Amino acid sequence: MASNTADTVHVEVVGDVGPGCKKKDPIIVADNIHRAFGGLVAVDVAHVEIPRHRITALIGPNGAGKSTLFNLLTGFDQPDSGEWSFDGLSLVGRSPHTLPALGLVRTFQLTKVLGLLTVMDNMKLAARHQIGEKIFASLFPWLWKKQEKDLEDKAAEILARFKLFEKKDDYAASLSGGQRKLLEMARALMVEPQLVMLDEPMAGVNPALTESLLHHISDLKELGMTVLFVEHDMAMVRQIADWVIVMAEGKLVAEGEPDVVLKNPAVVDAYLGSHQDIDLGAVTGRIPLPGGTSSSSKSPKKK
Amino acid sequence: MADSAQTPVVELKDVVAGYLPGVNILNGANLYANKGELIGIIGPNGAGKSTMLKAIFGQVKIREGTISLNGDDITGLKASKLVSAGVAMVPQNNNVFPTLTIEENLQMGVYQDPSAFSERLETVLEVFSELKSRLKQKAGSLSGGERQMVAMSRALMSKPEVILLDEPSAGLSPARQDEAFIRVSEINKTGVTTIMVEQNARRCLQICDRAYVLDQGAVAHTGTGRELLEDPKVIELYLGSLGADN
Repeated sequence: MASNTADTVHVEVVGDVGPGCKKKDPIIVADNIHRAFGGLVAVDVAHVEIPRHRITALIGPNGAGKSTLFNLLTGFDQPDSGEWSFDGLSLVGRSPHTLPALGLVRTFQLTKVLGLLTVMDNMKLAARHQIGEKIFASLFPWLWKKQEKDLEDKAAEILARFKLFEKKDDYAASLSGGQRKLLEMARALMVEPQLVMLDEPMAGVNPALTESLLHHISDLKELGMTVLFVEHDMAMVRQIADWVIVMAEGKLVAEGEPDVVLKNPAVVDAYLGSHQDIDLGAVTGRIPLPGGTSSSSKSPKKK
Repeated sequence: MADSAQTPVVELKDVVAGYLPGVNILNGANLYANKGELIGIIGPNGAGKSTMLKAIFGQVKIREGTISLNGDDITGLKASKLVSAGVAMVPQNNNVFPTLTIEENLQMGVYQDPSAFSERLETVLEVFSELKSRLKQKAGSLSGGERQMVAMSRALMSKPEVILLDEPSAGLSPARQDEAFIRVSEINKTGVTTIMVEQNARRCLQICDRAYVLDQGAVAHTGTGRELLEDPKVIELYLGSLGADN
């Protein structure tokens, strides 16, 4: 049984637990967010709060509006209406490039690395408060040399964790799809954000590496960060999420602790599917079914 | 080596290939697929999995080694020639023409033999029946899972002998992922030799006949799907223990 690990933390809720419930110390609060593409309502969220210093998973079927909500919250898309704030500061109308300076950084489902920079340069570019960025100071290397060195050490350490250190001098364009995903995540951490929003961080990442990365994501909490991620990998959600929010057809449909939400029959039905715990070899008839029962009944767990 | 006397449908022998000068992604990779087999390719990021499919489909320069189709050398053959020879590929991204309707997308699958359209369409819609009512819809308005379905259907329109699938479950919700794998299995059961690259290694191994674990451009392990699923080394290095029992 995939039990929740010991390092998941309780989320304090004000009032009853349910879709759109209030948290004790939210880092993001959003109200009446509405976004339609033509006749299709992509996002229609009345109220949502993301708990601070916790790891929250946003799950839901394809086309539920998860990525659109990410885009709206981070200024990459404009809602038809709605208000939302980060750490008490309204983000309405803010452009995306101003957000990392506030401590909010995100990654994308389809990666956006700078292909013609090296992996190391991609990393260094993301760091905040660089002295050498000032035009005057840039002329005097001794003013920023030390900081540059520190950044490089830090980048090297993060790259090593993400198994990208050997690639540090390669162009980012030469990385494989999964490696680009890792670089984006590593780069986001260079910002030292308060809130990091990850859009399907583990899609395309090898399972063995996923496992080691999960520990690092869990560690981010101890560093005082908040994590909000979209993911289809339920093993990951069970392992590290303190809280799960479920969207479907643009709306919040369920919210709560992973163990509870992932057993909710409506969530299983609409999202997880009936084959969740079954060996697909049995479903597809590639291995004999023990007892010859039909695939939809009891799960013939294969050891 | 093929364990029987039959000639493999696809065979890669000591293939070295890469994109940038001096950088090899595949370093002496070997693989064979017998008629009607469902073959899985798994491995770490950057191992060369997608490149292996591209090598078969003539989309990357082969520096050494040979690739054969039913015993005939197809090393370096252009993709269009390969399609006529019976090979079809479903790429990971950008796999539909977004401004065309689903029907037009499927027509693209038979552009080398347009007269076969209606007959092939019928066969393909037997596997992908939900597309039947939506043929006039623009492919650009489809979700990721639906696009994947259209891309697979289009590949089947050319009535391939071999189909190459690059991460058919990527980006899909858990229920849709399972559906995608079941679809792949169904396609394979119609007799199409199938070679599938997957990141969802556990699911992939559950349905495939044989699989290859690729690492740094060469085959590190190979065996039946079941053997690899239970091999402690493969679990430690490539599968991880997460989700092992669910």
